[in-house]
Amino acid sequence: MARSTRTLLVGLAVVGAGILLAALRVNPYVYFAGYVILQYVVMATAWNILGGYAGYVNFGTPAFFALGAYTAVFLIQSTRAPLPVLILAGGLVSGLLGLGIGYLTLRLRGVFFSIATLALSIVLQTMIINWEYVGGSRGLSVIRPSGPPFGSYVTFLFAVMVLLSVMAVTVARFIERSWVGRGLAALRDNEEAAECMGVPTLRLKLFATTVSGVLLGVAGAPFPYYVTFVEPTSAFNLDYAVNALAMPMIGGTTSWVGPVIGAVLLGTAQQLATVTISSEMNLFIVGVVLVAFVVLAPEGIVGLVRRVRGR
Amino acid sequence: MAPALLEVDGLTKRFGGFTALNGVSLDVTPGERFGLIGPNGSGKTTLINCVSGALPADGGRIRFEGRDITAVPAHRRTRLGIVRSFQIPKPFTSMTVAQNLAIPLEYAAGARSDGADVAAEAMEILRTIGLESKAHTRPAGLTQIEMRKLELARAMAAKPKLLISDEAMAGLSSAEIDDILAILFRLNERGITIIMIEHIMRAVMRFSERIVVLDAGERIAEGTPDAIVRNPVVEKAYLGE
Amino acid sequence: MVAGLLLGGFYAAVSLGVSLIFGLLDIANIAQPAFVILGSYAAYVMNSSFGLDAILTGLLFTPVFYVLGAVVYRLYYGSFERRGEESLRGLVFFFGVLFIIEVSLSLKYGVDYRLVEAAYIGKSIDLGGVGIAFRLLVPCLVGLAMTLALHLFLSRTFYGRAVMAVSQDRLALRLMGADPVRIKTIAFGVGIAAASLAGALLITIAPVVPSTDRDYIGRMFAITVLGGMGSIAGTLVAAVILGVAESLMSTFFGPSWSLAVSFGILLVALAVRPAGLLGR
Repeated sequence: MARSTRTLLVGLAVVGAGILLAALRVNPYVYFAGYVILQYVVMATAWNILGGYAGYVNFGTPAFFALGAYTAVFLIQSTRAPLPVLILAGGLVSGLLGLGIGYLTLRLRGVFFSIATLALSIVLQTMIINWEYVGGSRGLSVIRPSGPPFGSYVTFLFAVMVLLSVMAVTVARFIERSWVGRGLAALRDNEEAAECMGVPTLRLKLFATTVSGVLLGVAGAPFPYYVTFVEPTSAFNLDYAVNALAMPMIGGTTSWVGPVIGAVLLGTAQQLATVTISSEMNLFIVGVVLVAFVVLAPEGIVGLVRRVRGR
Repeated sequence: MAPALLEVDGLTKRFGGFTALNGVSLDVTPGERFGLIGPNGSGKTTLINCVSGALPADGGRIRFEGRDITAVPAHRRTRLGIVRSFQIPKPFTSMTVAQNLAIPLEYAAGARSDGADVAAEAMEILRTIGLESKAHTRPAGLTQIEMRKLELARAMAAKPKLLISDEAMAGLSSAEIDDILAILFRLNERGITIIMIEHIMRAVMRFSERIVVLDAGERIAEGTPDAIVRNPVVEKAYLGE
Repeated sequence: MVAGLLLGGFYAAVSLGVSLIFGLLDIANIAQPAFVILGSYAAYVMNSSFGLDAILTGLLFTPVFYVLGAVVYRLYYGSFERRGEESLRGLVFFFGVLFIIEVSLSLKYGVDYRLVEAAYIGKSIDLGGVGIAFRLLVPCLVGLAMTLALHLFLSRTFYGRAVMAVSQDRLALRLMGADPVRIKTIAFGVGIAAASLAGALLITIAPVVPSTDRDYIGRMFAITVLGGMGSIAGTLVAAVILGVAESLMSTFFGPSWSLAVSFGILLVALAVRPAGLLGR
């Protein structure tokens, strides 16, 4: 089992590097920006488990992400629960949302699932806006816990996100290489044939939707502590919908590498760009690049590299 | 007489106002070579879709090995041993030929195999069918007949008790038809019951021990190939009014 | 309640494009709401710069939108349909288009609410004791007219019937001597052209921002699915049902729940599918 051990070591090394970086207390901007990029690694990976592996497109990423964030807000307000509990709870609730939406729509053609997720964000946002306990439309301030490791809470969150992204990628990689992943690939390629070849397509789809939801919720749970002021517009930001989708599609959807590449490239570019161009312009460019890739290079960067290598 | 492997009892299927199958009944005995023919639109593929579970029936029952499977989902029917190939090949395009076989080996046959090495088994099946040289090619790089063979190979990998071959020979040359027929005969020799749906008469007549004829969703004739050929009702159905 | 009925007529107008493109052609054009908003902004620009009536603008721009629709379809067809890869990438393509349109409008016009002026906005007539705002009445009537027009187009004209044929059987269409791709281009163009007028109606009823399109995604698809995919009459009935339901919901629970209504109806319609109310 040399390969698994090697993977474990690589994962641990990355986490170690992240912790080291946190401990070094370099320019705080590194941690602020790094958090966002790593958050996107988780989100892109989560999206890809359903979108890339199974072929079901989720347009409602903000809904799952925000649900994780607002679950955390709720728990912070009511019980002052520690961060690990927030993360677990956020993942659980978003996972249930995924399961629910999946159960209602996955027996039908994939396009109906996608349409439902498209409408989902708006509906959920409306509901949150009307829920005063978590701040409603005005938003809510949360106070970060005191005495964080690494001195600054954001630095601590950065380290947490390093851990979460390594976990997310590990989960994705594990699924991809397992019999579940092969079944998902079969149902993505041809669902009817897969079902007739013994693949329990509905069950696998529900699995993918749930895991994807869990990871998105996990990505959202630390968000309140990161921003300290949570309000629906930022939690349900359209950025998330587009990026969570564009990053895997640009990076490449068939393997766990694609979302990571896409998240790092696009995330870094956007962090650099926010200083120079408006956020709308930024989104516009992402949209154009996305369409360009979908039309011209559907296999993403990973696919382009493969073609260049001649495989 | 051996108990039937597959019993279709009064199967009905409607699409909106159109009745595709109207109370069709038939039995298939274990080890039989069974032919299902009928003019275009007679309901053959619909019948197969209902038997395999791709479509839910509107009426009637389906029994396999004595057990009522009318409500059993398609993937579980495959695991029970009912396997179909598709008229228009539906390969898994992102995988190699060998990987295409790995799916049914793992998912359908996994329940009933001895845990043997999947890759080796896949190669063995490909050797039987003559595709071993293309084992690591993607379906996009296959010819028509190779795609048809892949369909059959995939079905074989699911370790069927009942194999339903849906127009596997349409559009093939005479030599290619013989090729596929030989494979089907060999499978039958191993004890696999085969239902063949075909338009290519010489193939069906040569292959089948017993034939059922459908027309406009109803069973209009049944018998040996000789009897069917001479049956005036069948002739009329094909030549039309 | 009356407002709900009137709203229904308007919702029908908005959903016609989806009914045609998704219901009949089976193309998941989720960018349709963006085209509607584009129509709204076209009306706004014409209205604020030239004082042109919104609905008139909507009508004038239909040829422009038709061409736009034809171009978009050709791009979609060439990139996806022909290669048989519609599902994942086609959806993402349209999402990208939706997104680009919305963000472009944001960049150009900002996020302030935009509205149009017209002689009849702000006035109302009294019918049997119920005050009916022209602001709602006119769009509703135009919506009904559009529905009727599309219905006639599909049932009486050659191209309309060809569209119905293409949705059912491509082979039959070829035998008729028509090219399926051309027919689909025409149908897609008509669907987007409808968005032009629908957008004008939208901005007549209420001020818009670029993100208003997202409010309509759920509504359009809920109506199309509930009405039976591709049934124009069904679309009208479903639209009225939605309009009334939202109205009632708004009266009893407050306006912010109206979007939940369309989403709920969408889910219910999907559960109860496949045929919808009057569908095939």
